[in-house]
Amino acid sequence: MVHSNKYILVYSVVMVVVVAVSLTIVAVQLKPAQDDNIRIEKMQNILSSVNISTSEIPKKEVINVYNKFVKRAFAVNMKGDIIESHTEKVFPIEMANELKKAPEDQILPIFVATFENGDSAFIVPLRGKGLWGSIWGYMSFKPDFNTILGCVYDHKSETPGLGAEINTEWFQKYFFGKSIFDEQKEFTSINIIKGGAKDDDPHGVDAISGGTITSKGVEKMLRDNLAGYVAYFKKQMKS
Amino acid sequence: MSTDNSIKVKDPWFSAKNLKLLRNPFNMENPITVQVLGICSALAVTVQMKPAIVMALSVTIVTGFSNLIIALLRDTIPSRIRIIVQLVVVAALVIIVDQVLKAYVYDVSKKLSVFVGLIITNCILMGRLEAFAMANKPWPSFIDGIGNGLGYGLILVIVAFFREFLGSGKIYGFDVIPQSFYDAGYVNNGLMILPPMALMTIGVIIWVQRSKNPDLQEKN
Repeated sequence: MVHSNKYILVYSVVMVVVVAVSLTIVAVQLKPAQDDNIRIEKMQNILSSVNISTSEIPKKEVINVYNKFVKRAFAVNMKGDIIESHTEKVFPIEMANELKKAPEDQILPIFVATFENGDSAFIVPLRGKGLWGSIWGYMSFKPDFNTILGCVYDHKSETPGLGAEINTEWFQKYFFGKSIFDEQKEFTSINIIKGGAKDDDPHGVDAISGGTITSKGVEKMLRDNLAGYVAYFKKQMKS
Repeated sequence: MSTDNSIKVKDPWFSAKNLKLLRNPFNMENPITVQVLGICSALAVTVQMKPAIVMALSVTIVTGFSNLIIALLRDTIPSRIRIIVQLVVVAALVIIVDQVLKAYVYDVSKKLSVFVGLIITNCILMGRLEAFAMANKPWPSFIDGIGNGLGYGLILVIVAFFREFLGSGKIYGFDVIPQSFYDAGYVNNGLMILPPMALMTIGVIIWVQRSKNPDLQEKN
């Protein structure tokens, strides 16, 4: 059957409008549930950076566990001053957006986890680029603001089996106990060394074989993100 | 399909003819092993059972409903833009499925990542729309879509079963290989997790299927 041009035009317009309207309705309806998932995932990441695994417990429980351990959060600037101390306002800050701003305008969040034995840990978010797409994570520090207590990384689309290994436990464990300042209290960050770091190197970890560019991405992410916190960390170390 | 529909007013919903539409894709007309359609996602999402099952269900829903919608519209679709119309219908359904997965099974949707979006380009869909839904009534088209989706899903689940079992020692996320095996020196085969082994597994499935069905073997 041959249809006229007019018929085809009207047909396409009607079709597009109907599809657009129905997709909009679906998107608007499902938005709250999706946002909740993203919030909960962020909580899970923050918790796993202090080595509390929440992968086995139901979604709703995660919020309770999070509220139990992470009671406080604040944000600092490059100079090391606290500029935001409302915990609820700190949570939605996206590191990815902050890194786009000029360094002096960045608002850098710190989450404080308090454990049952009274110890605390200070958690900072990380955002960076791997080989194929973005990578991100959280890193927690002991109260000396130098020693790494734990960390968690994840990625959007790194190569499975190679760069994608950054989200596995064996790679993340390398960072535990390493320190980001040397003896003169100078910021060294963590170097990810191809061919393997020396056993006694307090600032170096092994790179992933075959995942060099992703490993370098993690290294750059740590250096770039942690640099903003150096002033605040140093202030805390002195006091 | 030589039955003249104008004489028989209505087929029973699950007539022998319709059941055949549902059953055929499982074996003699399997989209993956016989028609060799939809291979790409079969390689990508079969490392574990759970994503494979979710992917199979997603594809089944999309094939079923896109076939149904296209069959309903088939007399109104201008033939000059029929591919575009089919794509719009498929794309809309895929976006809805993707959104629903993001809202209700977030972790699985992260694992499936781009592959849900890529259902749009899954060859099974366009193949069934062009070959079946454009020329048949809605109900048989719907059954045909569901059948093809499930036929695709069956292969996905079989491949995922072997890859997860041999590659990670798990089935649907549960450990099945006892610790004593590992203590005795058993090692998971990391190669099974890589995409090439999915192709090999599918190859073995095709081999087994063909050796059991002489009809599928080439004559010369």
